[in-house]
Amino acid sequence: MHNFFFGIFPYIALGVGIMGSIARYDRDPFTWKTSSSQMLRRKQLVMGSILFHVGVLVIFFGHLIGLLTPIWIFDAMGISHGAKQLLAVVAGGIAGVMALVGGGMLFHRRWTDPRIRQTSSFWDIAILGMLLAQLVLGLGTIFVSLGHLDGHEMVKFMSWAQGIFTFDGAAASYIADVSWVFKLHLFLGLTIILVFPFTRLVHMLSVPVRYIWRPGYQVVRSRRQKPANPAE
Amino acid sequence: MKVRAQIGMVLNLDKCIGCHTCSVTCKNVWTSRDGVEYAWFNNVESKPGTGYPTDWENQARWNGGWERTKSGKLQPKQGSKWRILANIFANPDLPEIDDYYEPFDFDYDHLKSAPEMEAFPTARPRSKITGERIEKIEKGPNWEEILGGEFSKRGEDYNFEGVQKQIYGEYENTFMMYLPRLCEHCLNPACAASCPSGAIYKREEDGIVLIDQEKCRGWRMCVSGCPYKKVYYNWSTGKSEKCTLCYPRIESGNPTVCSETCVGRIRYLGVMLYDADKIEEAANAEATTDLYDAQLGVFLDPNDPEVIAAAARDGVPQDWIKAAQESPVWKMAMEWKVAFPLHPEYRTLPMVWYIPPLSPIQNAAEAGAIGTDGAMPDVQNLRIPVKYLANMLTAGDEAPVVTALERMLGMRAYMRSKTIEGVTDEGLAQRVGLSGRTIEDMYKIMALADYEDRFVIPTTHREQVEDAYDLRGGCGFTDTNGCSGGTSKASLFGGAKKALKMPSEVM
Repeated sequence: MHNFFFGIFPYIALGVGIMGSIARYDRDPFTWKTSSSQMLRRKQLVMGSILFHVGVLVIFFGHLIGLLTPIWIFDAMGISHGAKQLLAVVAGGIAGVMALVGGGMLFHRRWTDPRIRQTSSFWDIAILGMLLAQLVLGLGTIFVSLGHLDGHEMVKFMSWAQGIFTFDGAAASYIADVSWVFKLHLFLGLTIILVFPFTRLVHMLSVPVRYIWRPGYQVVRSRRQKPANPAE
Repeated sequence: MKVRAQIGMVLNLDKCIGCHTCSVTCKNVWTSRDGVEYAWFNNVESKPGTGYPTDWENQARWNGGWERTKSGKLQPKQGSKWRILANIFANPDLPEIDDYYEPFDFDYDHLKSAPEMEAFPTARPRSKITGERIEKIEKGPNWEEILGGEFSKRGEDYNFEGVQKQIYGEYENTFMMYLPRLCEHCLNPACAASCPSGAIYKREEDGIVLIDQEKCRGWRMCVSGCPYKKVYYNWSTGKSEKCTLCYPRIESGNPTVCSETCVGRIRYLGVMLYDADKIEEAANAEATTDLYDAQLGVFLDPNDPEVIAAAARDGVPQDWIKAAQESPVWKMAMEWKVAFPLHPEYRTLPMVWYIPPLSPIQNAAEAGAIGTDGAMPDVQNLRIPVKYLANMLTAGDEAPVVTALERMLGMRAYMRSKTIEGVTDEGLAQRVGLSGRTIEDMYKIMALADYEDRFVIPTTHREQVEDAYDLRGGCGFTDTNGCSGGTSKASLFGGAKKALKMPSEVM
């Protein structure tokens, strides 16, 4: 059972997440959007959305870098496991509280405001609920982590995550004895990846970075297949 | 010189009767769907008034359009690219739907299904968003119709800038005009500049500004970027929508729905040639009062042999050049100078232009005087203050508006003298800087306004850009991408992929 949830399920979740996103982007680009509801109700959105997004972004990149950077790089840089864990606990804790407060505001608004409630799809509400639960679980792990600040538990998760990406068949066994809070957090995280392509979360793949170096401000399109005046 | 063609529009406000046929036919065709009930690609406002959405002209509040920075750079008023991206989680300048109005319907069914009661059954309003009862409708798409509401509210109209407005709140001095509004299809669109996804584009061949529905991600920066508030966020699909200038009709040589159905025949459509290389410089003119002249400088004379040669070189088809030579827009905007852009101070170089309305003469004695000797009254005595029109059409510069109004009065006096008294008064024409022949041409186009004089629209040249063979089995226009072949070059799920030739970006 443990091996299924942490040895096999990650591949199912990643597979569906990646393939689903590609298929949706290719076949149904019209549905690829942020689904912003700011126009229907500004109240609670401005503060809620900023807190939530900033918090979640810090957490997301923290997990990405923290889990997937090979352990020997930290060792080579002279960062002790304990120090890295302390950084993760402090930065993650602050960002987690930000995201939780912001997400809580957003959820309250979505659930109680009739305009937003009526125009929400099932997944709009479900994914926000899942993310909030994930934030609570994530913050809950901090209390467990405070019990062992030397970082050896954290190394287990790094080994597991890197094991998954390097097709290490024994990956699940590295985290066999961790606290149930961590296991629940991991499972819910993988589930979020699984449902990712079916929710509005896909908008995070369209961060408009090209806008920064798009030449000038104007966009002109032509149906001509080659320029009318080749000299230009 | 980079010659491009643009379909421009002129609205002769002197003839607008405020019947809203344009708005209603437009709504029936384009926005009778979920999520855009509140959106009117075309709406008609009673002026003076704060308009729809409320107070849209006040850019100190909405930050729409462009600004010239202290260092002389042109950038969207809501901020540079970095600033816009920094606001992506919550757009501080975005209007709320209540700034337009909460869309509603009525319980019509209750009228026939109500049981026997003491009183007549009524159809009470219900929100189109939540489906809940609305006790009192607070706002609608045309809330200030025919000067509805008190002057203290309507008087917040931005165009009263620099006008002693108190006296216009008095019954004896009140004035009114209609302002039909639609997307301006600007030469320098602020919506396109604000779009982080690059989904809003201007078409090279006819200048129509469109939103690519498959590329729009709903970052909603265009809604605040457009100073005319003519980009609407569809809360149902999560995408922005706007006036398309009825491009399927324009492409086949037909006028837009709003123009076709205009009972007052106030709308004109025609081709304008412009120099795409001059746009940025013109939009960045130092003083806002220079912007009207700067925009005139962007247009190219379609009768100039040099322009014709350059247009042909840049791929403007022959019949488009010919249409530009016969364009009613060119005549009214450039030759007679009676049409003006709406709020040039937004620096968007708008392409829907307006002929200012004449209004009754305030001084009764002078009103009597016109009939006798055909002399023209002083336009400063018109009921609508010239400064008010200038604030709307020329960034406050009264001189061009005065000239236009005088020319229109001159046309009336000249034609009255000619048809009633049988006297051709060339002197009258010269007093307003025109010739009798020009005035008769003006009369034909502006007063008689025959269908073929109002709409000079060349058809598009699809044969140059697409292969009809590829279009077999296509499914025409769809709201979503129900028949899209997908965006990738490779075929994701097998089968032959039809090469769809989509418009691609050029600079």
